[in-house]
Amino acid sequence: MSPGSKALAEFVAEATEILDALARDLLVLDERRGSEADPDLVNGIFRAAHSLKGLSGLFGQERISRLAHGTEDLLDRLRLGKLLLDGAVLDSLIEALDAFQALLGEAARGTESETLSARVEAMSARMASMGAPVEVAADDPLDRLELEAQVRSVFTEYEEHRLRENVRRGVSLWRVRAAFDLSDFDKGLAELNTRLKPLGEVISTLPSAQPGGAHGIAFDLIFGAQVDREALETGLKGTPAELSALTVRPAAAAATSALLQAVQPAATIHASAGAKSETRPGDAPTHDGAAGAAQDAVSGGVAAPDVPVRVTGAAPEAPRRGATPARGSRGAASRGTSEDAKASPAAGHSTSPKSGGKKKAVRATAAAMLPEAQQPLLSHVPEDMEPGPLEWPTSDADVPANAGGSPSPAPAPAPSSVPVVAYLQGAAKASPKGLSVAPMAPSGAPVGTPAALTADTSLRSLTQTVRVDIGRLDGLINMVGELLLIKANLQRLAESARQDGAVALSKLFGQELARETRGLERKLEALQEGLLEARMVPVGQVFDKLARLVRRITREAGKEIELAISGGEVELDKLIVEELSDPLMHLIRNAIDHGVESPDARLAAGKPRRAVVGLRAEQKGNHVVIEVSDDGSGIDEVRVREVAITRGLITFAQAQEMSRRELLNLIFQPGFSTARSVSELSGRGVGLDVVKNNLGNLSGIIDVWSERGKGTAFHLTLPVTLAIIRALLVGVSGRTYAVPLNSVLEIVSVQPREIRTVERREVLDLRGQTLPFVRLSRMFALPERPVGRHFVVVVGLAQERLGIAVDELHGQQDIVTKPLGGRLQSVRGISGATDLGNRRTVLVLDVAALLEEGMAVERRRA
Amino acid sequence: MRVKVLIVEDSKASREYIAAMVEAVEGIEVVVTSSGFEALKLLPRHRFELIITDINMPDINGLELINFVKKNPNYREVPLFIITTEGRDQDRERGLALGAAEYLVKPFLPGSLEALLRRYLKLP
Repeated sequence: MSPGSKALAEFVAEATEILDALARDLLVLDERRGSEADPDLVNGIFRAAHSLKGLSGLFGQERISRLAHGTEDLLDRLRLGKLLLDGAVLDSLIEALDAFQALLGEAARGTESETLSARVEAMSARMASMGAPVEVAADDPLDRLELEAQVRSVFTEYEEHRLRENVRRGVSLWRVRAAFDLSDFDKGLAELNTRLKPLGEVISTLPSAQPGGAHGIAFDLIFGAQVDREALETGLKGTPAELSALTVRPAAAAATSALLQAVQPAATIHASAGAKSETRPGDAPTHDGAAGAAQDAVSGGVAAPDVPVRVTGAAPEAPRRGATPARGSRGAASRGTSEDAKASPAAGHSTSPKSGGKKKAVRATAAAMLPEAQQPLLSHVPEDMEPGPLEWPTSDADVPANAGGSPSPAPAPAPSSVPVVAYLQGAAKASPKGLSVAPMAPSGAPVGTPAALTADTSLRSLTQTVRVDIGRLDGLINMVGELLLIKANLQRLAESARQDGAVALSKLFGQELARETRGLERKLEALQEGLLEARMVPVGQVFDKLARLVRRITREAGKEIELAISGGEVELDKLIVEELSDPLMHLIRNAIDHGVESPDARLAAGKPRRAVVGLRAEQKGNHVVIEVSDDGSGIDEVRVREVAITRGLITFAQAQEMSRRELLNLIFQPGFSTARSVSELSGRGVGLDVVKNNLGNLSGIIDVWSERGKGTAFHLTLPVTLAIIRALLVGVSGRTYAVPLNSVLEIVSVQPREIRTVERREVLDLRGQTLPFVRLSRMFALPERPVGRHFVVVVGLAQERLGIAVDELHGQQDIVTKPLGGRLQSVRGISGATDLGNRRTVLVLDVAALLEEGMAVERRRA
Repeated sequence: MRVKVLIVEDSKASREYIAAMVEAVEGIEVVVTSSGFEALKLLPRHRFELIITDINMPDINGLELINFVKKNPNYREVPLFIITTEGRDQDRERGLALGAAEYLVKPFLPGSLEALLRRYLKLP
């Protein structure tokens, strides 16, 4: 790898990580459309765009940098409250994500298409002009917050904005101080953050500038609490945190702020258990009293220290405890005091029964604090305000195709009229083979129609990297250490054997050697297992990507769909997970485009408006089963039969004999969906046969279940790994073959007379079940030897079973399958070759293909 | 004896890129970290002659790191450079106000950084 390509690979790897995170966050934001956005989430998305901008700038990726700049700018305005997050903004962000992925794909391949460049320009320009600015109030609520200028000066613009928002909303603000040991303060802080997170917003984390001794460090967390003081204290019990309230003056009193600048936030309350009593406000009146008095004076009240003028979240108890004004003055941030009656938003805040002196009662209405124009910052614009598809093309190649007369996804036909062929042929648009990244529109495509560009983006990763848990790596390194020990022992043995020279080797020596060899074997096995584990990634990686796709397709298709994902934690070999993404995308598209009915049609059929598309993974022994299901109209097997007969895939007579399941499986036949009809129907290139082939390459198989009116489910059965497998070595006509053990169910020994012929096809009766049976020798046209009995290797994947007759069994061995090159590649029934270690190379049987061949034989002969 | 420079930047690729740039200057040993927290831990363990920090980081922000360094008698003499991207003027101004010596706007050229490093580290 040249230095340049190495740098590029690094760039692509990190950019991919950033985009993955961006995609996840955007998905969450999108799922919560309509509710107020979590500022942390928006900030996270901003940070992703910001990182991407810096990264692409450094690596000279100008187009990505330019788009990231526009996106970052938009997000910056969002997170700083200068722009409302409405549907149009969100759609733009999602579109930008698609564009980033396409751009990264081009960058990885070293290409640059003009259409994409033009699109970047258009998008950047649009984002820059997007949205009406939110009106900013003339007076800055932050001026009312009593916080040292020193502290404010280290806030970033964003932190300052969050603080301002919290003040404006009347959230009670706290300074949470905690001291930690320098060696592990991050753990302590993480724990503190975990406790605080559910209680409100951590606005900033400031390392205290005061040296905390040689081994200590203190932090001030500025915290906006959604709960009252009691809850906050309870939540922080057991942590070293100390709480002190930050005071916010009422808006009217802002002019007098200078008076209060000098007053420091009040006394400390230890959150740790038992400490509370020591710091009851009544016990520590001095400094607090001063603060309270000062504030009361300013806010126009009577500054009598023994009269509780305002109440906090702890209010109901205040009189009982004989709370002093000190407590009241710092209890919660936005305490109103005078005529204009401010209040805090928390329910616990109430009016003091003893609002003394000339004061009027305090009303507890949060909204009263906020001028109307300033209320929710990131409020959401209702769906009906979302611009139509013409204004904000959400980019998909099938927009033009649909316009050209293909089945309209929108107002629905009745369930029964969903064209079965469309269901079956609607297909993923990604090219099935190779590193397919966003097939580009022809260069003559009209600029400004981003539609054609991104929908086809393959969900495959651009990088070939696996992130490995450090614990796993450590385990591997330990194993290598143990292997080195064994090597040293063997070396010692070899040395002693050499020195003894002609002397016959003792039995003891042999035993020692055998012991070391056994140890070596065990360790190597463990190492192999560990390495295989390191290749494993959760299948959820693909599910996440698909979830985003579903959202987009759903919108385009005008359907209402809930995606139910489960089993994302199931692990598969990285290679398999990568190769799975395209077939899964295909199946999901099918389910949404053709499986699921429109909301109206569903209502008419007595189903809920919202359809459910399921994506489930489950581990079953050495295999993982992935199910893609929908609760749509199901596949009409009568139509399948008609189509299959029309296309000459089966004869009428054959069709008569076929079971429903066999009929359904015809949809995977190569001829079932022809390219011509596909392009007529949905403008996409591949059919389910390609999906089946993709899975076959992974030694997996696909099976379909469908019930009319109830839905369809595809089951993909895949081996957990392809890298190293255990194989059964069998002999046929003097040749040796390897059968992957993960598909071997059992081995039985049968007499030739136990083999029956049913409809010109050999079968076995195995415990009352009829088992299709093939002779490997006949299949590979080898000379057959007369044998007294056959060994039958029963193989199976999912529901399929097949007995394979062989002459001899040679035992088991771990093998690494190497693909066959050139012409041999297409030999049916062989998946590759492997070296047995004794300079013998044998062929590895492709069980999935043999199973299929068994069924095909059945059909041909029938 | 080489002088130590600390680079605090959460983006891995940017960090490596800047580190490579700084390392290319003879006489400098580079220590890199991806977070402000880690930087706080590293400070007492090394004697850094210069710190280069990003502003937007997930744990503590770069401004807080600058403030911490400048307020701490043990480190306050250490010059700090801020790495920013264009458009973040307010954050940059604050950094300079807090005592940062210089700022670098990404993407910057190796030459400009090298000249600054030589000046502040008094390298030949």
